[in-house]
Amino acid sequence: MHKKTLFDKIWNQHVVSKIEDGPDVLYIDRHFIHEVTSPQAFDGLKKRGLSLFRKEKTIATADHNVPTLNQHLPIKEAQSRFQVDTLIKNCKDFGLELYGLGHPYQGIVHVIGPELGVTQPGMTIVCGDSHTSTHGAFGCIAFGIGTSQVEQVMASQSLLLNKPKQMRITIDGNLPKGVLSKDLILYVISKLGTGGGTGHFIEYAGSTIRNLSMEARMTVCNMSIEMGARGGFIAPDQTTFEYVKGRTFAPKGESFDTALEYWKTLYTEDAAEFDTEYHFDAADIEPMLTYGTNPGMGIKVSNNIPSSSHESNDASFTKALNYMDLQKGESLIGKKINHVFIGSCTNARIEDLRIVANYVNGKQKADHVLAMVVPGSKIVEAQAKAEGLDKVLAAAGFELREPGCSACLGMNEDKVPAGEYCVSTSNRNFEGRQGPGARTILASPLTAAAAAVAGEIVDVRKM
Amino acid sequence: MEKFKNINSTAVPMPMENIDTDQIIPARFLKATTREGFGENLFIDWREQSDGAKNEDFVLNNNLYQGQILIAGRNFGCGSSREHAAWALYDYGFRAVVSSFFADIFKGNALNNGLLPITVSPEFLNQIFKAIETDPKASFAIDLEKQTLICKAIDLQTNFEINPYKKHCLLNGLDDTDFLVSQKSKIEAFEAAHVIG
Ligand code: SF4
Repeated sequence: MHKKTLFDKIWNQHVVSKIEDGPDVLYIDRHFIHEVTSPQAFDGLKKRGLSLFRKEKTIATADHNVPTLNQHLPIKEAQSRFQVDTLIKNCKDFGLELYGLGHPYQGIVHVIGPELGVTQPGMTIVCGDSHTSTHGAFGCIAFGIGTSQVEQVMASQSLLLNKPKQMRITIDGNLPKGVLSKDLILYVISKLGTGGGTGHFIEYAGSTIRNLSMEARMTVCNMSIEMGARGGFIAPDQTTFEYVKGRTFAPKGESFDTALEYWKTLYTEDAAEFDTEYHFDAADIEPMLTYGTNPGMGIKVSNNIPSSSHESNDASFTKALNYMDLQKGESLIGKKINHVFIGSCTNARIEDLRIVANYVNGKQKADHVLAMVVPGSKIVEAQAKAEGLDKVLAAAGFELREPGCSACLGMNEDKVPAGEYCVSTSNRNFEGRQGPGARTILASPLTAAAAAVAGEIVDVRKM
Repeated sequence: MEKFKNINSTAVPMPMENIDTDQIIPARFLKATTREGFGENLFIDWREQSDGAKNEDFVLNNNLYQGQILIAGRNFGCGSSREHAAWALYDYGFRAVVSSFFADIFKGNALNNGLLPITVSPEFLNQIFKAIETDPKASFAIDLEKQTLICKAIDLQTNFEINPYKKHCLLNGLDDTDFLVSQKSKIEAFEAAHVIG
């Protein structure tokens, strides 16, 4: 008999109906919304005279536009304030609870879903945001959608989708010292390129993945979209179950036991076939850095910038290096940097803040560096304070801000000035992503912390 | 959504690869709460320098190149899922984008907004870039019913693929929301039959 992948199992479980010669109608278990990609969808509903089909399956927060200082005050920038206010009004009009500014659950959508226990194995989860793949760490089919689709889910709790192809990326072995899951995923993207996963949904497997914490798994799944994949996930296991158990919205008591029985059936059967497979050896991974203007342009810290890239033509490659003001054949080590951003849905969970605080404890950031730490959520912020991480960070000259997307995309005031280098734990180094003219170098929280202390790019393994 | 009409037009060439949605429409312009007006800021950081001066080298600032068709290097529309990218291209006046490879979410967003993404072979893409280089006024014809793209100047034609359901939607100006709302009873029956969280 045809062996099933984890993807087949979850997908089949959610097909409402099939359209001949067309897509499947897929049921969606959880829908996250935020202020940027929802207003036009709410508008559409109003125009059609529709209500929210299943509001109890919709979770709303404000994250992209919010300031990271003085969140108790009105938002200064008029357009941002208007957009956040529009979300407040829409939630009120449609009877939705909003985890907005001032709410103890507020934070980046992809950080709050898992920590609140909203995200559970086997679910289909969508959000008008490409990094929805983060939730895949729990064994969910989770992916980003456009605003028209946001409206469709609001109107019907369903989407019209064609089943994607399936890819498995297996990584085995122990990660070397100083190498985090962020390095692992940057390494994979540098091998596959920004289009390497297009048309596919990825399953990450292998002993290296199994040994990762939930936080580290989320970092891996988060960046699946940077290979062009629809999403990426990891089969749930004991680590997953323990993480979910006891969380605010996780099933309790007998319902938990029933859910657990089901969750344990969520794995890819032996001999199931994938359209595409890759294998990597964890021992080959080093701390990683990007040197260009897409996440596929990454190198090991000990390597020099190559003279060409397998995925860009010469003109695109040269344009990227010019933008970054970097040379072919150059090493990034010793490159002076002015900004360090520790945050985003890739690396702003409590484990990331612990890693940074642990490294900078007793050290000082370099004078010329602005080091900003933006927690992923109110809950992460509170936990960091409870553990005294705020004091350690402050003593080292790092500024702990309030939660939001912040300098990951620079929609609020947190921008990197034109021409300056920022070592960032976020997920995109596109031209202008952190502000017009900003030069982003993606790295792990550990490498970013070390760069802040040294004032330049360093190999954290040698510190 | 408006019905898709066949296109007879010149084209704008953008051979750059991996053009991401942050370039198509930067995040700072995503603060609007309506779908209109994004065309003004399409590719704004490539059109203008940081001091607001026009970047004369950029193709959209060159009157030689105009039309309803954008022809772009591979992996067009990668990055953020922002539908604003499709809205901006449409609002600017584009009705079709031709490339050898599209990012998935962008492709879906385009189709949901009456903007036709056409995938052609890398060789075909090169040939039409050359044709425009030779003659910026080279004209193209797109027939959605027949699924053909013709470059008249060099007498070159290709067929393109499109999902039959999506083709039907584009030709008739239908959108997915109407369809899904019409499926309500099926969706409710599904919910009743499946114990899903
Ligand atoms: S942190 Fe960055 S990548 Fe994540 S949701 Fe916010 S803007 Fe998107």
